Amino acid sequence: MVNRIVTGAHYGLRDWLAQRVTAAVMAVYVVVVAGYLLMQPSFGYDTWLELFSGNITRTFSLLFLLSLFYHAWIGVRDIVMDYVKPAGIRLLIHVLVILVLVLYTIWSVQILWGI
Amino acid sequence: MNKSRPKHLDLRKIKLPISGYVSILHRISGALLFLSLPVLLLLLDQSLRSIETYTNLTEHLAHPVLKLALFGLMWAFLHHFCAGLRYLAIDLHLLPNLAAARASSKWVMAVSLTLTVVLGVKLW
Repeated sequence: MVNRIVTGAHYGLRDWLAQRVTAAVMAVYVVVVAGYLLMQPSFGYDTWLELFSGNITRTFSLLFLLSLFYHAWIGVRDIVMDYVKPAGIRLLIHVLVILVLVLYTIWSVQILWGI
Repeated sequence: MNKSRPKHLDLRKIKLPISGYVSILHRISGALLFLSLPVLLLLLDQSLRSIETYTNLTEHLAHPVLKLALFGLMWAFLHHFCAGLRYLAIDLHLLPNLAAARASSKWVMAVSLTLTVVLGVKLW
């Protein structure tokens, strides 16, 4: 058995998987919504509002946005880990990104259920 | 370790295979999309809030500079989407060899750029 020193055991695989699962969720959502919009005879505020007024579309739109924010966190974290070496600055960027994404989540709920 | 090994970090001299360009553009487009998230959420908010904010938004988006920015973001999204599907295909072992990997990279470029042009034509 190889005796490896592993920092943060397991989170690598979990995030790798989460990145792909969230990608699949977003891909399905985008294709369905794009297909729905392409099937509409005309596009205007009414079509747009109707799409987002049902509870099912709101729920799946929120699922899409949550997937997006989680996916973005993993991607941005990877980019920061590749290019930002000083631990303090890296930590600061990570914290800011997490805070911003949590705020986006709250904002998303307000947008979708505030219509 | 041999400390004097050569490092070829002159970006102008590095020649990437097509899959390398798809990869770095996937990263760049992802970063762009992340940075534009607040604007995109604001667009969603304004487009749904009321007919007045919706109309106001469409008038603002008619500005050439904003149109160009939107066009750039559409490219970023389409490239990230197509390249992402390619990565999912690779993870599912659907692209078993180098030739398939290269061909799929060309498809990613071709499909994302074509869709970007089609949407761009619709935008203008």
